[in-house]
Amino acid sequence: MELPRWNCCGTVHALAKDDVMHHLAPVRVLLRVEETVEAGLVDEPRVVTLCAMCYNTLKRANHLYRNDSDKRRVIESIMEKESRPYGGKAEVIHLLELLKELGWEKVAKRVEKPLEGLKIAPYYGCLLLRPRGFGVDDPEEPRIMENLLEALGAEVVDIPFKSRCCGAYHTVFMKEEAAELSYKILRQASEMGADVVALSCPLCMFNMADRQGLIGRLFRDFKGIPVLYFTQLMALAFGLEEEAHLDENNPDPRPLLRERGLWR
Amino acid sequence: MPLGSGETLRLSEKLKPFRERVKELSGEDVGLCYQCGACSSGCPLTDEMDLLPSTVMRMVQLGVEEVLNSKTIWICSSCFTCQVRCPRGIDVANVMEALRQLVLRRKYDRVSIDVLPPEELRELPQIALVSCQRKLTG
Ligand code: SF4
Ligand code: SF4
Repeated sequence: MELPRWNCCGTVHALAKDDVMHHLAPVRVLLRVEETVEAGLVDEPRVVTLCAMCYNTLKRANHLYRNDSDKRRVIESIMEKESRPYGGKAEVIHLLELLKELGWEKVAKRVEKPLEGLKIAPYYGCLLLRPRGFGVDDPEEPRIMENLLEALGAEVVDIPFKSRCCGAYHTVFMKEEAAELSYKILRQASEMGADVVALSCPLCMFNMADRQGLIGRLFRDFKGIPVLYFTQLMALAFGLEEEAHLDENNPDPRPLLRERGLWR
Repeated sequence: MPLGSGETLRLSEKLKPFRERVKELSGEDVGLCYQCGACSSGCPLTDEMDLLPSTVMRMVQLGVEEVLNSKTIWICSSCFTCQVRCPRGIDVANVMEALRQLVLRRKYDRVSIDVLPPEELRELPQIALVSCQRKLTG
């Protein structure tokens, strides 16, 4: 179920050691998780994220809160108007980790329309893997997205730039420089034979998909390549076409999927 | 005088506080850096930087406060590739954040979204605007 109450995590973990204020937003979310258990709505204090940035901020704030008693006290005192202090019990996991826990065979069993013949380049970006100690998988040799895509019946294309930065927030004030970073990743995926790119971060999605118009204007050789959220590929393979919301992607992946016999 | 006796590289007392401030703010022991260059070689943004990440580290070690004028600290996107690769266990991204903070806390904003044309503002997702402001404004 969706958390009844939640707020924006702040998108980035505050790295400066004396910056406690910016940990409040993620800690507040973690408290909501405990409250949801208390209200009897869920059994376990686990929160699943689909976004690499939420995953990172929540997980790092949780770690800090549990391990730094001084900061914990400060955060508690600022949050005194809450029902009670956060108990440090919430567990933050990414949907990919949950799927791995359930088992890839189980995922494969749910597949109704295997993504056969579709060559997919998984793209992790930064925060799904880094910093070391806070990722969903080994930061240098990740396999988790590959395993999922294989369970969905797709062919995985392993690109060297799969965990290279897409340009992140530089898309705001340095959009051409950010576009160049994304261009290099997308071009590599195309050159290595991928039909589409799969990812798990809304900011990567914007830079690598929505910015393809800009990329095309800057780099004349760029032909464009569909980019899908990994959950959209799951929906497609599970036969939940409507839930995949492919009409919202830009560029539109449907013509290519139709060519591969994966779209009506 | 043999190198390493401490004389050739003795830090002036005046400059020490800068290095200490960076150490405190970043939580990283910059003295551990032995200039192997792994951070610079893996950094995806060096094309846009005026100083390599390893040069920034060296300047902090030597207490050269002018490093705060460098473009590099604003270009670093906190991608943490250097954190994964540093053989000395230093999180260079934390050092970059400390340097940014030292400037931002002087009532300075690197960027202002007020200057963005409305059509650009409309197309940018919240996640981009929030993270950008968090990183580049005080
Ligand atoms: S990788 Fe680490 S030790 Fe090597 S230059 Fe960079 S900060 Fe210094
Ligand atoms: S965190 Fe910054 S300095 Fe380190 S590799 Fe990424 S962009 Fe370069």
